[in-house]
Amino acid sequence: MKKSNSRRSFLKNISLASASALALSGCSLKELEKFFQKNFRTLSEKEKKQLIEELEAEYKEKYHKEFHLSDKPAMDGTLFGYALDISRCIGCRKCVYACVEENNQSREPQIHWIQVLQMEKEKGIDFVHSDVHYNPETVPEEGHFYLPVQCQQCRTPQCTTVCPVKATWQEPDGIVVVDYNWCIGCRYCMAACPYGARHFNWGKPEIPEEEINTEMHYLGNRPRMKGVVEKCTFCIQRVREGRYPACVEICPVGARKFGNLLDPNSEIRYILENKRVLVLKEELNTQPKFYYFFGV
Amino acid sequence: MKFKSIRMRQLKRNRHFGRWIPALFMLVVLGACSASGSQAEQEEADSNLKAGNVVQYTNESTEIAVEPPPLTDGIFPCNDCHSDIVPNPQRRELVDFHDDISAIFNHDSENRWCLDCHDMNNRDSLRLASGKLLSFEESYKLCGQCHGEKLRDWKVGVHGKRIGEWNGKKEYLLCVHCHNPHSPKFESMTPEPPPVRQEDIKIYEPKNQENDEEK
Repeated sequence: MKKSNSRRSFLKNISLASASALALSGCSLKELEKFFQKNFRTLSEKEKKQLIEELEAEYKEKYHKEFHLSDKPAMDGTLFGYALDISRCIGCRKCVYACVEENNQSREPQIHWIQVLQMEKEKGIDFVHSDVHYNPETVPEEGHFYLPVQCQQCRTPQCTTVCPVKATWQEPDGIVVVDYNWCIGCRYCMAACPYGARHFNWGKPEIPEEEINTEMHYLGNRPRMKGVVEKCTFCIQRVREGRYPACVEICPVGARKFGNLLDPNSEIRYILENKRVLVLKEELNTQPKFYYFFGV
Repeated sequence: MKFKSIRMRQLKRNRHFGRWIPALFMLVVLGACSASGSQAEQEEADSNLKAGNVVQYTNESTEIAVEPPPLTDGIFPCNDCHSDIVPNPQRRELVDFHDDISAIFNHDSENRWCLDCHDMNNRDSLRLASGKLLSFEESYKLCGQCHGEKLRDWKVGVHGKRIGEWNGKKEYLLCVHCHNPHSPKFESMTPEPPPVRQEDIKIYEPKNQENDEEK
């Protein structure tokens, strides 16, 4: 018998096999649709609306609460910038947990978008000898300063250029976002990010029902699934409504400043023009929009 | 001369235009006034003032203090007690009352004492070095006498905490909300728990039945 190994027969077999696999796995039509959902940026307004309604219903079923899922686009004439006063930060980590609650990060396994690094004043900014697990009775500790690190919202982000499926990109207002449905979990972006700002859902993310934040943005704090990458979005669900990010509002020492870089009267512009400012790993030409400054 | 006549004509035209300039200016000013001082905003600001809150106007937005100054419960108005006491301008350590403040006082204590900031004759007021009296709501002006640089940074929103809208209404705190005026060093606090060490994150252990099924 002639062995049939033509391309045609291979394709035929593979399609038959996948069709039967789909049928056997009991995959519902809805899940299939979800699997074939397009990249967020290619969705029409109508498709977006439908998708959001579906997701809101899905979350309601899962968490038994009313959700508001926004897909609000960037405002005209905004480019968001952030400044953090190193001379003020006392390392209390309130921002870390405010961020977790606002942005529905997984509690178990734990994901933190903000890492507060404790550094020795003698050594200056020295990542190698910094400590993220410091846990004294009270902070600040003698002879130390604190450097919170989160997504630096680079103007030339390396994470977006390496993404093989374009699941992550920079929005017109400068926020680097992830389409969790389009992310394939290859984690190239995590390797490319020089700030360790991206986090992977190794396990199924768990958020207590009573703690979930129901004000969401599609590109921000909606619940993630296992196997996708997430990161700080400057609280996209808040800042596109005109509000300050959660970390700015919780900071007990007022070290965190946020604003529109294109508005010459904004706090952030005042800082850039009048204070001593630095960015992390400047030599990599990532051009962060997250600045550190000395307010004293 | 031909050249001269052209110049004259230009000048005339300019003069003609010049008549319009004040009118245009008036329009711009009127426009700005109606934009910045909208009635609703004004009313809101007024109601805040009545509630004892502090209102500040900047170029575009109204800024409102989150809370009135944090006075100790039951201590204000000071004149309830002080109106019956003959003021004693002698610098001394307080022992009978306010001894709790004397005990923690650490704000250039070598050179200053109560009556450098509190008015001797009207204890419900603070007093600037110039002799001008201030309400407790305006205490930031008193702080700014020495800490001018901080006051400047605070006014533009660089020093101190603000909440609200990055492009709109902001709420701010007074100096005394974060700094005890009698001992202004920011108090240290207990940090939130550190992140779980990577080696302690167990994701492969089944936590419940659902996870079991997933495997």
